[in-house]
Amino acid sequence: MSLLELDSVTLKFGGLTAVNNLSMSVEEGQVFALVGPNGAGKSTVFNLISRFYTPVTGSITFDGKDVLKMAPHEVPNLGIARTFQNIELFHQATVLQNLLVGRHRHRKTNMIAQMLHLPSVRAEEREHRHAVEEVIDLLDLQPYRNSRIAGLPYGVRKVVELGRALASKPRLLLLDEPASGLSVEETQNMRWWIDDIRRHMGITVLMVEHDMGLVGKVCDRVLALADGAKLAEGTPAEVQSHPKVIEAYLGTNAVSKGGKVA
Amino acid sequence: MEVLQLLISGLANGCVYGLIALGFVLIYKATEAVNFAQGDFMMLGAFVTLGLVNPEYAGIPFWLALPLVFVIMGVLGYLLDIVVLRAVFGQSQVAVIIVTIALGFVIRFAVGEIWGHEPQSLRSPLALGDVRIGELVLGLADIAVIIVTLIMTFLLWQFFQRTKMGLAMQAASQNQMAAYYMGIPVKRIQGMVWALAGIVAAVAGILYASKGALDPTAGFIGIKAFAAAVIGGFGSLPGALLGGLIVGVIEPFASRYLPPGWSQIAPYALLIAVLLFRPHGLFAQVRAKKV
Repeated sequence: MSLLELDSVTLKFGGLTAVNNLSMSVEEGQVFALVGPNGAGKSTVFNLISRFYTPVTGSITFDGKDVLKMAPHEVPNLGIARTFQNIELFHQATVLQNLLVGRHRHRKTNMIAQMLHLPSVRAEEREHRHAVEEVIDLLDLQPYRNSRIAGLPYGVRKVVELGRALASKPRLLLLDEPASGLSVEETQNMRWWIDDIRRHMGITVLMVEHDMGLVGKVCDRVLALADGAKLAEGTPAEVQSHPKVIEAYLGTNAVSKGGKVA
Repeated sequence: MEVLQLLISGLANGCVYGLIALGFVLIYKATEAVNFAQGDFMMLGAFVTLGLVNPEYAGIPFWLALPLVFVIMGVLGYLLDIVVLRAVFGQSQVAVIIVTIALGFVIRFAVGEIWGHEPQSLRSPLALGDVRIGELVLGLADIAVIIVTLIMTFLLWQFFQRTKMGLAMQAASQNQMAAYYMGIPVKRIQGMVWALAGIVAAVAGILYASKGALDPTAGFIGIKAFAAAVIGGFGSLPGALLGGLIVGVIEPFASRYLPPGWSQIAPYALLIAVLLFRPHGLFAQVRAKKV
C-alpha cells in the first residue's frame, strides 16, 4: 500500500476546475515531484493534502487513514509536514524558537505540570531541544540559532522553514518549490539535504519544483500537471521527453523541432 | 510617611489599571486586535460578582461565587469571539476596533438595565477596612489588591512562557497559516484567549469593586489602562503591569503636589512623552518579542 494516495480528486472554484480527476500515489521512501506550468494546480494539490481545501469528489488517504476526515490542525499529527512557496515563519521569533514550535505535536505533558515546570516537563523540553539541535546540525544553522527571522536573508529563511518541518519528525514532507529564489550554491545544498532526508531520516518527500535540474537529480518519480489534470507520470527522463509535457511548456512548435524541456 | 501612603494607594490603583492593561495585551498578543471594551469587561465582571454575592441579589457566599464568576466571564469571552468577532475575522483592524467600542456601549447599557445606574458596593472579603501604623493609614484592600495582582501576573507569565497552549497562542498571533500546519487549532485558541481576557477582567473588576463604589461607567478607566498598556509597550505582559503601576502612582502624587486638575492629565502627558521618546513603549515588544 502506498503512503499517500489521491484517488480521482476534483476541486472546483466556481466554474474553474483547479484539479481535475487527479489520481496519484506516493510510495514510502520515494522522492516524488509535481511539475507543470504556472497555474497547473501543483500548490493546490498541496493545499488539498493539508486540508486547506476540500475536494468536490475523490478521496485522499495517508497510510490508510482518510485525510479528508481531519481538520487542518490534525494533519500534522498524521506525520505530514510542509513548507510554503512564500515562506511562513514566525517572524518575531528566533530560529531556535521557530524550530521548537515544530515540536508542538510532540508535547505531551499537561498544563499544570508545565506551569509548575516539573521534572517531567524539563525532561521533555530537553528532548525537544535535542531533536532541534540535530536538525540545526544537519542544516548547518548553528550561526543563526538565536537570530530573529525578521533579520535573516531569504535563503536562510528557506532553510529554517525546512528545518521546522523536519523538527516535527514527519513521515511525509511536502516541499513547495524548495529551490525557488535560491542561488546556484544554495540549490546545490538543498539537493544534498533532500538526499539526506530521504536516505538517513527515511522521510518520504513530495515536492513541487520548477528547477528541472534539481528534479532530475533527486526525484525517483515525476508527475506533470497541466490545467489541473495529469499529463504524464514516470521517471524524470521519461516525463521530460514526453511530447505532451513539451507541448504544455513550450507550445506545439517545439514538438515538431524535437525540443526537450530544459 | 505621607509619601509611603500615597505610594501604596497609587500602586493599588495601578494594579487595577495593570490588570485591565493585561487584558488589552492578551487580546493583542493572540489576535493582533485591540479590544476597547476591556474596561467594560472589567465593570461587567465586577457587576456579575456583585449580582451573585450581594445579599440584595443572589446572596451566594463569596468564595463559592468566585469560580462561578470566572466560568461566566470566560464563557462570555469565548462566545463573544465565536459569535461577534468571528464575523469580522479577516477584516481590517478598524472593523475590530469599532466592534469592540460598540460592545462597550452594549455592556454599559445592559448592566445599567439589570443592576441600575446608582453606585453600589460589593460585599468583598478584601474590603477589610484600614490599619494604622503610627501616622500611616493603610487600606488593607489596597495591600490585598497588590498581592492578588502580583500572583495573577506571575501565573499569566508562566502560562505564556511555559505551557503548550500559551506558546500556541503566541504562535497563532504571529502567523496563523504556519500555526495551523504546526498542529495548532487557531480558531479555538483565539476563543480561549478571549475567555482568558474575560477571566482577567473579572479579577480586575473584583479588585476594583473591593476598593470603592461601583457603577456602570466604571469601565471608563479602561482608557487610562489603555494608556498604561501603550506606556508598557503593548504586547509585553510585565510591561502592561508596569505601565499600570506608573499611571497609578503618578495620579496621587500629581494631585498632592501639583496644582488642581493636573492629576487628571498627568498619565496622558506621560503617554505622549513615551510615544515621543520611546515609541515602542518602555518594554518594546517589536524589538524584543519573545516566544
